[in-house]
Amino acid sequence: MNASDSIILLRQHLIDPEICIRCNTCEETCPVDAITHDSRNYVVDADKCNGCEACVSPCPTGSIDHWHVVPKTQAYSLQEQFGWDELPPQQAAPLETPDAIRPSGNALPGEMPAAPSASSSTHAPWSAAHPYLNLYSLKEPVTATVAGNFRLTAEDAESDIRHLVLDFGTQFFPLLEGQSIGIIAPGTDAAGKPHYLRMYSVASPRDGEREGYNNLSLTVKRVVQDHEGNAVRGVASNYLCDLQKGDTVQVSGPFGANYLMPNHANAHLLMICTGTGSAPMRAMTEHRRRQTAKAQAQSGKLMLFFGARKPEELPYFGPLRKLPQEFIDIHLAFSRVPDQPRAWVQDKIREAGPAVSQLLREDTYIYICGLKGMETGVMEALRDICKEAGMDWPSLHQQMVKQGRFHVETY
Amino acid sequence: MSTIDYNETIPNNVNLSEDKTLQRALEHWQPNYLNWWRDMGPTGSTGHDVYLRTAINVTPEGWAHFGHVKMPDYRWGIFMAQAEENRKINFGENKGRDAWQDIPGEHRANLRRIIVTQGDTEPASVEQQRHLGLTAPSQYDLRNLFQINVEEGRHLWAMVYLLHKYFGRDGREEAEALLQRNSGDTDNPRILEAFNEETPDWLAFYMFTYFTDRDGKFQLNALAESGFDPLSRTCRFMLTEEAHHMFVGESGISRVIQRTCEVMRQYGIEDPEQVRAKGVIDLPTIQRYLNFHFSVTIDLFGADQSSNAANFYNSGLKGRYEETKRDDDHLLKGQSYRLIEVSNGALVEKEVPMLNALNEVLRDDYIRDSVAGVGRWNRVLEKAGQSFRMVTPHKAFNRHIGGFSNMRISPEGQVISEAEWLSKVRNWLPSEEDRAFVASLMGRVIEPGKMANWIAPPPVGVNRQPVDFDYVRFN
Repeated sequence: MNASDSIILLRQHLIDPEICIRCNTCEETCPVDAITHDSRNYVVDADKCNGCEACVSPCPTGSIDHWHVVPKTQAYSLQEQFGWDELPPQQAAPLETPDAIRPSGNALPGEMPAAPSASSSTHAPWSAAHPYLNLYSLKEPVTATVAGNFRLTAEDAESDIRHLVLDFGTQFFPLLEGQSIGIIAPGTDAAGKPHYLRMYSVASPRDGEREGYNNLSLTVKRVVQDHEGNAVRGVASNYLCDLQKGDTVQVSGPFGANYLMPNHANAHLLMICTGTGSAPMRAMTEHRRRQTAKAQAQSGKLMLFFGARKPEELPYFGPLRKLPQEFIDIHLAFSRVPDQPRAWVQDKIREAGPAVSQLLREDTYIYICGLKGMETGVMEALRDICKEAGMDWPSLHQQMVKQGRFHVETY
Repeated sequence: MSTIDYNETIPNNVNLSEDKTLQRALEHWQPNYLNWWRDMGPTGSTGHDVYLRTAINVTPEGWAHFGHVKMPDYRWGIFMAQAEENRKINFGENKGRDAWQDIPGEHRANLRRIIVTQGDTEPASVEQQRHLGLTAPSQYDLRNLFQINVEEGRHLWAMVYLLHKYFGRDGREEAEALLQRNSGDTDNPRILEAFNEETPDWLAFYMFTYFTDRDGKFQLNALAESGFDPLSRTCRFMLTEEAHHMFVGESGISRVIQRTCEVMRQYGIEDPEQVRAKGVIDLPTIQRYLNFHFSVTIDLFGADQSSNAANFYNSGLKGRYEETKRDDDHLLKGQSYRLIEVSNGALVEKEVPMLNALNEVLRDDYIRDSVAGVGRWNRVLEKAGQSFRMVTPHKAFNRHIGGFSNMRISPEGQVISEAEWLSKVRNWLPSEEDRAFVASLMGRVIEPGKMANWIAPPPVGVNRQPVDFDYVRFN
């Protein structure tokens, strides 16, 4: 075990007592007997629950589908849960998650994998390069130097999203597109404890942000409010966004053994993302771009669906627009442009229906990254497109999951 | 030639495509079922595409497939919970023996009676609810009504499967009769009285799904303990669907109470007449509906003392709620249970043999479960700052079955005279005026996300969909 218990985050499964009707379906369904009840509440034992979600679809109420990220050592006990009349608010620590990408699989020792609603492949594509994992822990991190910190969004845009370049000098830090690193902000929290680990997807390709250099880039959004819009200052994101060139950062990782791109030249990539969920997509696209520039034949197509509120808030908007259509088919969705109808990624996927369904008939790998709320719409759009094209999405999805061709990282 | 593609049209895990006898029986029954659905199913709904949950197998992955479906095209499957290896009979005289995989000859008549009685309730509720779609308070609620309708239909299939598979010609005749009896039909009514009551409005519907579908939960739980394994497995799967029905009731009443409280607080009013004038249902009326549905439903558990119940238990056909979780000898001989009866004008307890009191045991388990949910409604009142509290009436109140059937008992459990009953019954049970008032609020609201004035929106949508999702597409 590389990380100490105090900073291991657990995605704890909880049941909302205000909505639960105590029908016992979840307890009957749970394959590992993690759910139990008293005369007052149904509760989940954090020590037993494996996050398999077998209980979720049979629950008639939706009360079962609550997941709070908590430090493992502070997981809610059964006794605490038995006493609840309502679900407690999400603890402060995970407020960083808007720009923290959860690792898939078991990359971070002792941590529960994220449990996306759209089931995700638990292994990498067959042709993916073999990743290095867990070379540096929180107890023994590697020190990187900030080589650059640039704002990606317009100066007057509401969200401050930055492109941060970290240099590893001569230290061993190999990476693949889609992997993550861990950052720990210096100092302690209000309780005097060290800050929790935050995960960030790497936005640069395997040969470095600057090709041939031992560096990487991150896409970091400055968190100034939580999901409900309440003012809150994200510890790690503000720390990273405020770093100056020459500052040093403690890094752990690399993490992530599944969310990797295929290496064979004729593999198509269908990428769907919102906001800073674009980081792994940028890494994969840039890797392919460099290969193409070197005239290494790549017959695989790239298709990208990218959502943000406004063009000014879309990271990598400028560089993206410069990529030729024959290299990548880009569809941008903006939900808050004045005088324009709101559009989400699923709308754009639907609009591009025939092209998407054609891609799905071939050797294609799907990557989804961004806010969890996008999953349902995306899955429905894919289902409807398939239906129109005479294909059965549920079985294709299942097949892609099994074949390491369907990857979801949402938060 | 068969017109049924058994694997596609009737998803099942009972090897239907290989069972020629069963296929022949179903081929005869299925057209009659579809005719029944057309005549007695949800009024005016055949063209709608409804966002329904369909089970295609019994695993967690196959259990809940959501999509827009026309109700007549719903795939009424036949499912049993997965088999438990080496399952034993867990109670009664055969305790410890292997569970029966076929019908034991000596128990044939009793098992048939049990299955027919359970099966009769399933189409009955579809019949009772058939006009409600015309007055749904929202698309979300309309979808929930239709989901319940198709699942009740599937539960009928589940019981018919058992009758066809295990009871030969007798079973086929009973299966036909299930489609011939109709709720409220004076000549050919449903077997149990509560299933002949009208469900005229949505407040009654929510009460029905909270209280009467909860009776289903307890009956199915008791049958899920049966030594006849196919019945046990069938009921175990049905229970997972029954939970949704109870959810519709519990959350429905909760939303009605919440909306009433909002309006009371907004205008600073408490008087029921003033509350009604604002187009929401006053709390005393909700309480009277509660009293009615609670008392009618607890009659469903049967007489307080029953030799049939003792026989069913002794022979291993029908257990208690959570039989295997109970810490006793599961034989119950020589054990006693305390019942209430009327003596010298007052309610008193008396001790009777436990085996003869098993209906009462199940009724008391049911009451405990019901009361807990009513407590959750009271949390809504409490949070809204209202002092009014909902209560379940005494179990002797308004009974038509068992020892209290000819008695007049107040909701508080006092034996009273007929005159006192008549003078106060309007305070305790819904009057014609109450029902007329509630009926006056019923108007169809079908714009996505919109709710009728008398009910609050649900806290979450179905299957993570937003509340303003197109749950029903009207074609």
